[in-house]
Amino acid sequence: MDKPLLQVHDLRAHFIGFRGQRAVKAVDGVSFSLSAGDTLGLVGESGSGKTTTCHAMFRLLPPGGDIIGGTVEFDGEDLMQKSPAEMRRIRGRDMAMILQDPMASLNPLFSILDQVGEPAYYHLGLRQQTLRERVVSLLNMVRIPSPETRMHEFPHQMSGGMRQRIVGATALSGGPKLIVADEPTTNLDVTIQLQYLNLLKDLQRQTGVALIFVTHDLGIVAKMCDRVAVMYAGTIVEQGTVREIYNRPRHPYTEGLLRSIPRIGNKEALYAIPGQPPNLANLPDGCAFAPRCAFAVRRCQMEAPMASTFADGHLSKCWLSEPEGVRD
Amino acid sequence: MTETLLEVRDLKKYFPVGAGLMWGRVKGWVQAVDGVSFAIGRGETLGLVGESGCGKTTTSKLVLHQETVTSGTIAFHGRDITHLHKQDLMDYRKAVQVVFQDPYSSLSPRMRVGDILAEPLEIHTKLSRAGIRSRVGEVLELVGLPSDALRLFPHEFSGGQRQRIAIARALVTEAELIVLDEPVSALDVSIRAHIITLLEDLQQRLGVSYLFIGHDLAAVAHISHRIAVMYLGKIVEIADSLDLCANPRHPYTQALFAASLPAHPDEDKEEIILTGEVPSALDPPSGCHFHPRCPIAIPVCAESEPVLVEMAPNHWVACDLA
Amino acid sequence: MVAQTETDIESPVQTGRKHPALWQFLREAPLGPLIILLAVVLVALFADVLAPHDPEVSVKSETGRPVKSYLPPFWMKGGSLHTPLGTDFHSRDIFSRIIYGARVSLLVGLLGTLAAGALGTMLGILAGYLGGWYDQVIMRITDAWMALPTLIFAIFLASVLKPGLWNIVVILSLVFWSQYARIIRGQVLSLRERPFVQLAEVTGASTRRIIQLHILPNVMNTVMVLFSLTIGVAIIIEASLSFLGVGVPPPKPAWGLMMAEGRGPLIAGKWWISVFPGLCIMLLVLATNLLGDWLRVRLDPQLRNR
Repeated sequence: MDKPLLQVHDLRAHFIGFRGQRAVKAVDGVSFSLSAGDTLGLVGESGSGKTTTCHAMFRLLPPGGDIIGGTVEFDGEDLMQKSPAEMRRIRGRDMAMILQDPMASLNPLFSILDQVGEPAYYHLGLRQQTLRERVVSLLNMVRIPSPETRMHEFPHQMSGGMRQRIVGATALSGGPKLIVADEPTTNLDVTIQLQYLNLLKDLQRQTGVALIFVTHDLGIVAKMCDRVAVMYAGTIVEQGTVREIYNRPRHPYTEGLLRSIPRIGNKEALYAIPGQPPNLANLPDGCAFAPRCAFAVRRCQMEAPMASTFADGHLSKCWLSEPEGVRD
Repeated sequence: MTETLLEVRDLKKYFPVGAGLMWGRVKGWVQAVDGVSFAIGRGETLGLVGESGCGKTTTSKLVLHQETVTSGTIAFHGRDITHLHKQDLMDYRKAVQVVFQDPYSSLSPRMRVGDILAEPLEIHTKLSRAGIRSRVGEVLELVGLPSDALRLFPHEFSGGQRQRIAIARALVTEAELIVLDEPVSALDVSIRAHIITLLEDLQQRLGVSYLFIGHDLAAVAHISHRIAVMYLGKIVEIADSLDLCANPRHPYTQALFAASLPAHPDEDKEEIILTGEVPSALDPPSGCHFHPRCPIAIPVCAESEPVLVEMAPNHWVACDLA
Repeated sequence: MVAQTETDIESPVQTGRKHPALWQFLREAPLGPLIILLAVVLVALFADVLAPHDPEVSVKSETGRPVKSYLPPFWMKGGSLHTPLGTDFHSRDIFSRIIYGARVSLLVGLLGTLAAGALGTMLGILAGYLGGWYDQVIMRITDAWMALPTLIFAIFLASVLKPGLWNIVVILSLVFWSQYARIIRGQVLSLRERPFVQLAEVTGASTRRIIQLHILPNVMNTVMVLFSLTIGVAIIIEASLSFLGVGVPPPKPAWGLMMAEGRGPLIAGKWWISVFPGLCIMLLVLATNLLGDWLRVRLDPQLRNR
């Protein structure tokens, strides 16, 4: 079996706030891997650390944030060891990101050609005619009609769905092996979302790019992803193939999430996970989910659980999974 | 048969578009709401779904009297309230309240929760301070918040808690109809279930009616008794919730259901991918507004505009081909 | 710490993060400017106690004989601690005049800015919230007003009105209100669309109530910042007016006036009459500007920091 494209091992990052007094452990030992051409879903609610994990991978943490441990092996090399200049070469060329709000991702003052072409310009050294051709072909790939004329237009002249596709084209422009999409469809209408997700699937088939979907929407995961990692309070609490997670969730949080989502045509009372999402600055001892867990026992409150592995790479960080699984 | 609380007939709202509204001529009209009719019974929830530009938000603004009606009627308890003034308007506002989508900006940031909850009472009732305090305490308990929340400011609460406060505020004057404009869209997934369950409980206990606007079909279907599907200012289908989920008849409704994300990776959905984008409400397509994107459109669809026809008991569809 | 097993739906997520008390707020303020400002305020308040002599009358020495004019500060030859910063051409004690001058600068700067702020904020809110004709009319007036050059306009008004303390306050308010109106109107325009204002409208709140409870408290941050930033300018305008002779009338001590009076002697080498009041103006304005800057940064992120 060949080596995975991306291997994140025990990544840790924190934010220092309040004049150096409080450290928020935004990412607290995250490990996962991704092979070329595969799609991983990184699922979590606000404060789970999913977006910070991706920023840490790209080494683009905001001021106040620091990576304090772990490795990110991308294409055989540890990104944590790279210099800022080397990282700049990797970002945009080998790794790209698609963000949630297309209006914020696109510069209103630059034409589509300028923006979609920028990664190709910097990373691939394309100019003039070859650059234009590349932009046209990218716009065709994302199904923007009449790309030769439209590429001279500006973001405000496009609809929301088109803008998000242009962002996708920009992400592909440098020829990346990995694209991280952070809630890319949250602002899109449902039917536009379907168009867009299908487009991403096609693009993946065409280019063989690996995708990471960062989302809170399990529906996107069910539709798009091969594997999923569920995050809670900065750590991955369950990981596995999408089928495994849906059919046999082993972590109470995953199970709770699945039960709390309304299903069309189903009027049964929804299960609501009690309590609030955790306050990362003030995590309890032991398992971070224990205060809200219906199955919590004394051990859960005292010790943070270790990961238990099951068949097919299915992993769960819960003391209650332990007897069946193999302790790491 | 439950008493009809709110009835809307052939409601239209056109916004003028022109150069310099003050002095210029009107160049065109945005037909935001173009002939919408529905009824909400006591203790019932009507769900309103549709994508951007369908007119659901404008419809809610008309019901709330935030915008004036261009034509059509709104009746509340049988009385025509399309154009209301002064005391009648105040009475209406007391009975019809709203909860907005964004919990982070729908509560006045510089007012304490106690004052936020007291405000509707101060405006509409002549209750004494003690009376207000007591009522405020009641609604806080109804939504499951502790009494010491009164002293605090909105920013000290989480998103879900703020929505609870917003719901409490909507209930404090014993409103009979609450318009809920995407009340859970901005909340975390695990909190949505709390709020939906809370709303359903409150409806059971208090008999309050809801106009629930949302884009998540599953959530809307869960809480609503009836669902109306809107497209470009018109209702294209309206039916009981379970019936609609089981048998969507209008091609747009079918596309919406097909576009909703699966509940399980193995779920096999017939994919209906609509071409193009939602057209502008300034210049809607002729005939059936949906025909340019409709997978089953035939030439006559571009000529005649379909009306809502009852194709099954209580199930109305505006499509000649359904 | 044992984790709670009971559901915590009720307790607010961030306890204790209430609006900071005023004194705690001040503790975070930059120390230097705060001290300077406090010093000036105290000096102005307790001028009667602190000033060794009457500022408007020539100083008499201990023996009762009038002291010489143009005495230098005490550390120079000829100076004495009796008149620590020297005397001017009327044998008036510079030190005492500076102390009393603080009153004028502070009073005029404060009141003038307050008046401008009140007028401008009110008009800005009306224009922003009521919109329509109110907005058009108020904004056209504001635009025209802002086109007037500040200092020249102030001088013009000063020459029309009789010189006097209160007239300067009036002048300052007339000169500065338009800045407030323009900025506050912008804020109100965006506030008006926020859901909590719409919520108040849907609830049936009267316009007065909405402005009072929902709009005004939420523009106060901006008003405070504008206030602290324009106080410095007001003080300088007052000083300029006094310098030009159309401000506070002599013999009342005003820093700008003192600088003007010291212009002639400055060339003759008697620098202390102009320099000390000049330094005071500079320090006070610097302090208010720094505080205003800090306030602007401090208040803004808090709003964004939910």
